[in-house]
Amino acid sequence: MSDTGHDNPHVPGPSLWPIGFAIGIALLLLGLVLSSWIISAVGLVLVIVFGILWARDVTREVRGEVPEIEPETRAVAEEPAPPTAAAPAAPAPLPTYSRSRFLEATTIGIGAAIGAIVTVPVLGFTVLPSFTNLDETDADLGPIENFPKDTFVIATYLAQPEQGEVSRRTSFIRYNGLVENPASGGRLEPSFTILYSRCVHLGCPVQPNGPIDEQATKELDNGVVLRPVLAQSFGCPCHGGLYNSEGNRQAGPPVRSMDRQEYYIREGRLVLGPNFAVGNVSGTGADAKIARYPWSQPGTHVDGVEAWLYPIVPSQVID
Amino acid sequence: MAKAKSRRHSVVDTVVLQPLDWVDERTAAVRGTKWFLFRNVPRDSAWAQTLGSATLTAFIVQAVTGVILAMYYEPSSRIDPVSGKPVAYTSIEHITNDLTLGWLVRGMHRWGASVFVILLFLHMGRVFLYGAYKYPRELSWLTGVLLLVTGMLLGFTGYLLPWDQTAYWATVVGINLNATAPFLGPWLAQFLASGYEITGDALPKWYSLHMLVLPGAVIGLIFVHVYLVTRLGVSSPPWSSERAGRERPAAQPAGARAGLVRGSGGGD
Repeated sequence: MSDTGHDNPHVPGPSLWPIGFAIGIALLLLGLVLSSWIISAVGLVLVIVFGILWARDVTREVRGEVPEIEPETRAVAEEPAPPTAAAPAAPAPLPTYSRSRFLEATTIGIGAAIGAIVTVPVLGFTVLPSFTNLDETDADLGPIENFPKDTFVIATYLAQPEQGEVSRRTSFIRYNGLVENPASGGRLEPSFTILYSRCVHLGCPVQPNGPIDEQATKELDNGVVLRPVLAQSFGCPCHGGLYNSEGNRQAGPPVRSMDRQEYYIREGRLVLGPNFAVGNVSGTGADAKIARYPWSQPGTHVDGVEAWLYPIVPSQVID
Repeated sequence: MAKAKSRRHSVVDTVVLQPLDWVDERTAAVRGTKWFLFRNVPRDSAWAQTLGSATLTAFIVQAVTGVILAMYYEPSSRIDPVSGKPVAYTSIEHITNDLTLGWLVRGMHRWGASVFVILLFLHMGRVFLYGAYKYPRELSWLTGVLLLVTGMLLGFTGYLLPWDQTAYWATVVGINLNATAPFLGPWLAQFLASGYEITGDALPKWYSLHMLVLPGAVIGLIFVHVYLVTRLGVSSPPWSSERAGRERPAAQPAGARAGLVRGSGGGD
């Protein structure tokens, strides 16, 4: 008991300023990484201010001002002493858990905060690229004279030319002739039926049921290949889905009609736009009434009771 | 003679036993190894109880051959200018046709995948039929179920990597099967495809899942699973005269067993 004095090395008094100093350093570095002078400047100010405060704290004893430190009070814990009081005469040890519990909680809390700061952006990078910046370039399929009237043409094209062949898509395109468009004041405009080739059962490549006119194949400069085909129906080789010439399901497991694509006529050329899902088509060709829905993955219902299972699909949120 | 023997003993002491003491004093590794390997098993354990270690062996074969294949495989959907085929498929052809014994290691990995999944099911069937999932081995069963799921996911993600027509379209169907799950299905499918359809980003993503994420998960789960088997022991078959489980212990105050109540030592 006599030499306990040796166990008390000189330590500076407790100080909160290092925390602010550390935040300042972190902000300064963050600003340098992000090349943001504002963040760097704020960090630098914090570093200087808290650095000075810290230095004042640490050197206080040297400068002769000894701070008054209040005696640490310890709340008596609410839990009663253990019932197994073998020696009731001995004074019960003071339950002094509040400080260690505080340190425990702050360690866990700060650890969780650091973990979240590191994890959240990484999780974002894991997930978000699959849902953002997916703009597929409009595919230019060449002059509309490439498309004979009332005949399907198998068009393959690159949806994202910079991605290469992996983005090659196929659509079945039928020219329905010039029709009056009431939306543009009854002007005569070319009408197309454009069926996207992916089966809406599970995404296999649907094939036209008819002979391909290989002699009439056209290859354009931008990787587009056009092959006329004599087909009035489309079948899927994977699970036997069958569609008619408007893309309506005739047989098999598909859950909706074939997807379609928006199209534009630009300077006499047919340009394909984004895909959309189709519930059902009534009528044919230019007179078809198309129940249009936001695009969703094959296999997901867009109408009827089953559509309640897919209340929000990605294409409704992004785009 | 006695002198020679004692001399040999002292050599053994110096070369083997003392170093093992030294290591064990610091790590408990020797005692741990004995705890892990030198266990009592029921007298009527038979071949059926070896399915678990057979599955583990199949996984180790997959891990080793997979690491070697990763040295030559390239997960890129770009068209190789020389072969005119995608880089991933070209690298698979290179492994199979050009590299010495590449056909063998790729074949081991390709067929070993099926062996692994088949053994998983046989092992699960054995545990189910023997009732070996009952108290106190419920968590062994649960970790085993997670291993079954991650093992199947390994098969699913590995199937895309050859990047041929079969791989591509089978994966399209698999992704769209996921899309039909209610509510989050379309989101999961778009994450797996890395876009509306499979894009060039999907192949390296699946490669990363296949060779980093899922094997890591499987290895972690195997450690838990094997620890539980070691701790709880092998169960005897249902027809055995030996007892397979143990009696449930007498009731204690809540938390006493885990050593969370003051005055209780915890444990068995």
